[in-house]
Amino acid sequence: MAQDHAAPAPRKADIVPVAKHTGIDLLINGELFNHTGDPDMPLLWYLRDVLRLDGTKYGGEHGEGGADLVLVNGKATSAIGVPMGKLDGKQVVTVEGLADAKGGLHPLQQAFIDEDAIGCGYCTPGWLIASMDLLTRHKDPTDSDIDTLPNLCRCGCQTRVRSAIKRAAASMKQGTKA
Amino acid sequence: MSVDVQLSRRRFLQVLAGTAGALIVGVRTALATEPPVPLDMLGDTLYGLGVYVRIDADGDVVIGARDPDTGTGVATSLPRIIAEELDADWQRVRVVPLGLGVANGNGEPRWMYGQQVGGTGNSMPRAWRDLRSAGALARWLLMQAAAQQLGVPADRLHTEKGVVISPDGRRLTYGSLAAAAAKIAPPQNSPALKTPDRYTLIGQPADDVDAREIVTGQTPYSFDQHFGDAVVAVLTHCPWPDGQIAEKDYSAAMAVKGVLKVVELKPDPKLPPGQTVIAPAVAVIAETTWQALQGRRALKLSWKPGASGSESTAALEQQATSLLGSDSAPTTRIRDDGDVDKARRKTARRIDATYYQPWLAHAASEPMNCLVRLDKTGATLYVPTQSPQQAWTVVQRLTGLLPDQIDIRVPRIGGGYGRRLDHDYVAEAVLLAQAIDKPLRLFWPRDEDLTHDYYRSGCVHQFDAIIDNKRRILAWNQRVASASAQTGRGVSSDRLWTSEVDVNQLPAGFVPDYRSDWFSLASSLPRGPHRGMPHITNAFAVDCFIDEIAHALKEDPLDTRLRLIGDARLVPLQGGGAIDTARLTNVLKLVADRINWKNWLRSVNGLGIACWYVDGAYVAHAVEVSMQGEKLTIERVVCAVDVGRVINPKGLEGQIAGATLDALSTALNLAITVKDGKVQQSSWKDYPLASMAELPKTVEVITVPGEDDPTGASFLAMPSAAPALANAVFRVSAVRVRRLPLMKELLRLL
Repeated sequence: MAQDHAAPAPRKADIVPVAKHTGIDLLINGELFNHTGDPDMPLLWYLRDVLRLDGTKYGGEHGEGGADLVLVNGKATSAIGVPMGKLDGKQVVTVEGLADAKGGLHPLQQAFIDEDAIGCGYCTPGWLIASMDLLTRHKDPTDSDIDTLPNLCRCGCQTRVRSAIKRAAASMKQGTKA
Repeated sequence: MSVDVQLSRRRFLQVLAGTAGALIVGVRTALATEPPVPLDMLGDTLYGLGVYVRIDADGDVVIGARDPDTGTGVATSLPRIIAEELDADWQRVRVVPLGLGVANGNGEPRWMYGQQVGGTGNSMPRAWRDLRSAGALARWLLMQAAAQQLGVPADRLHTEKGVVISPDGRRLTYGSLAAAAAKIAPPQNSPALKTPDRYTLIGQPADDVDAREIVTGQTPYSFDQHFGDAVVAVLTHCPWPDGQIAEKDYSAAMAVKGVLKVVELKPDPKLPPGQTVIAPAVAVIAETTWQALQGRRALKLSWKPGASGSESTAALEQQATSLLGSDSAPTTRIRDDGDVDKARRKTARRIDATYYQPWLAHAASEPMNCLVRLDKTGATLYVPTQSPQQAWTVVQRLTGLLPDQIDIRVPRIGGGYGRRLDHDYVAEAVLLAQAIDKPLRLFWPRDEDLTHDYYRSGCVHQFDAIIDNKRRILAWNQRVASASAQTGRGVSSDRLWTSEVDVNQLPAGFVPDYRSDWFSLASSLPRGPHRGMPHITNAFAVDCFIDEIAHALKEDPLDTRLRLIGDARLVPLQGGGAIDTARLTNVLKLVADRINWKNWLRSVNGLGIACWYVDGAYVAHAVEVSMQGEKLTIERVVCAVDVGRVINPKGLEGQIAGATLDALSTALNLAITVKDGKVQQSSWKDYPLASMAELPKTVEVITVPGEDDPTGASFLAMPSAAPALANAVFRVSAVRVRRLPLMKELLRLL
């Protein structure tokens, strides 16, 4: 089973251990981290430089293209646009956290493979995150819903991403029926 | 074959002895992560059957991907060709990027894998020439080993899916034969290749070999590679390649926590573009990326321009129009068939048009970056490069190391488009690593990428065509002005046009009197290779102009094209080869049928069509658009391609759909403008790639099954997409867009 990415933010009190300490506590892909460094550091560099979770990509200083999207409390958020100081008690999911603990792919990931919704692949994690956010808000997204995705792609994967989202939506509906 | 195996082993032993230290050290320490590539390809547990194939005793097959994969799918399609001839079980094949194969031949580089280059459209033709025999050779060695073990002559054995089978049904797996096969001497002549009727992989759809890792965020691009102790450099370049520092104060930058050093860099004027620093620069080196970025922000720095400070794209267009408007001789008369002047004198009708296309950047997704470790006996680099051999040249010049002391690793690349055929960023990384004497990652923030590129020159196309009273195009006169991408790159002045115009481009060879002139623009803005050039700019102008001719003749533009192409025949190309008009006509008719072209006159929506020929491949687009007020909607796009034999239909379809969208996105909105020598676009906000909503919902791809040798496909679908769009826009709006980007011009003219 895939994780429920639309899960509400955990209350601060739910996060354990509770031993008194300083810094910023956050959950990343279900794992608790404590950051005691610069609170102004954007999440992107924490993920990449500190944790070496390199799946989330650098697009630009303004989050160009959406390659740096992650889910913060279920909502697609630019990882370069959010400083660590604003993430205390938050739940972050990156592309590495989309598959289940045993490595089973989320239907959306499988749909991206099946539809070949990949060009060079650099911006793909961002498309996955934005699509995940979309699918939690719209179980059966229309073309206009899909048009709202903020991502950009130089290789031209957009039509195949559109097919992949629809395929994933259909497969997830099947999954819930079964 | 043992020769090559030994060469590989020797290299491996040298590595063990510490030549390229990091290779082993990195793997053996927890500090650095290393991909399994070199060990898998060179290690002891796998038996080498040539430089591309390794087979494990348990039957796993490792196939090396020679050419860098910038998203073109060559990391899948090239190994599929080897696996086909090897008769490997694809489920057991693991593909690894090879990195640069270079050995030391008395101080000169000896390229172990031949030419290694990606994204230039020739990976597939090269692979078809030599990689098939790499697979066939490995299979031959396995069959010899099986023959010895089974006591059956090799020519009575056959293979399938990783198993050698004898006439009496005994089966030996490749894994069990690998050790023995690796000791067998190769034959004098290459073993015979399979006949196509025996193909089981070629022609069948395959997922991208990296797909699973990509969707789980596990694919390490160069920017995701780590040396445990590497520092990070970010830099800011002078807006002018020939400018210099006016005022500076680095104290605030140095005061940022973690900042180690501020280093100034300058281009080496003796070196060609792409082999040295692109413009004067100041780099901030820090312990972490975030610290380096903060340090960069804290730089107090102002620049002053050199001579290029007076340049502008507007003035360059003026220069072009005045050159084309004058009687001055062209820089090069590229082609002059028949007698255009004579045709003009007996003119029945003359049609003129001029097209304007902007400067463009590459805008690759993965930022310019390079990770480098240097010491006295070796250099190890992770480089997103389309040409590892060129990268090697740059590193060797700056370090003076021996050929095989330079280890260039090329993971999957976040887009190239020609930008990574140049290696200014590699030169910068090496210079900075030398300055700080530490392993170092260089990375360019996005604004540096757009403002410091080897741009595609803007261009002006001026046409006149002579039409007789039977509506035949008798004469075609084409005058193009642009700044050559090859200036300063060792190309003789009479060949500078080759990056700007193709001598064989349509309709050359189809019009009795045909002339093609090129005028060189003088500009100091950096230029370089750009995806699909010279086809992109020329296809747009030519395919739109043919549409204008059709309109002037009050004719269906499909009919005009079909008449121009004419009967099924081979039209010879200058320099060899020929255009097969039947194949060109076929792709045109396929897209016309699919988009229901017979309605072109009655349709409320606008239909547009275009076709092109690229190095043995044929492409056509048909586009349907609607307009409501000022809102343009691309309703449908159909593309038909004939690339000869299709290796991986799934990969090809992705390439065709992707390149179509890239071409549309570029034509709709993109332009680089320069004022006072400064590029005015610095983020994707002002260089707006098309959004999901602006692009069509699907690209309908038709691939023609073929028997001819496969061609490249990475940019094949680009040339005809934009003119088909502009032609469709004309049908729906009656506005002829002769200037790109299209949306801006359309809104101006409406």
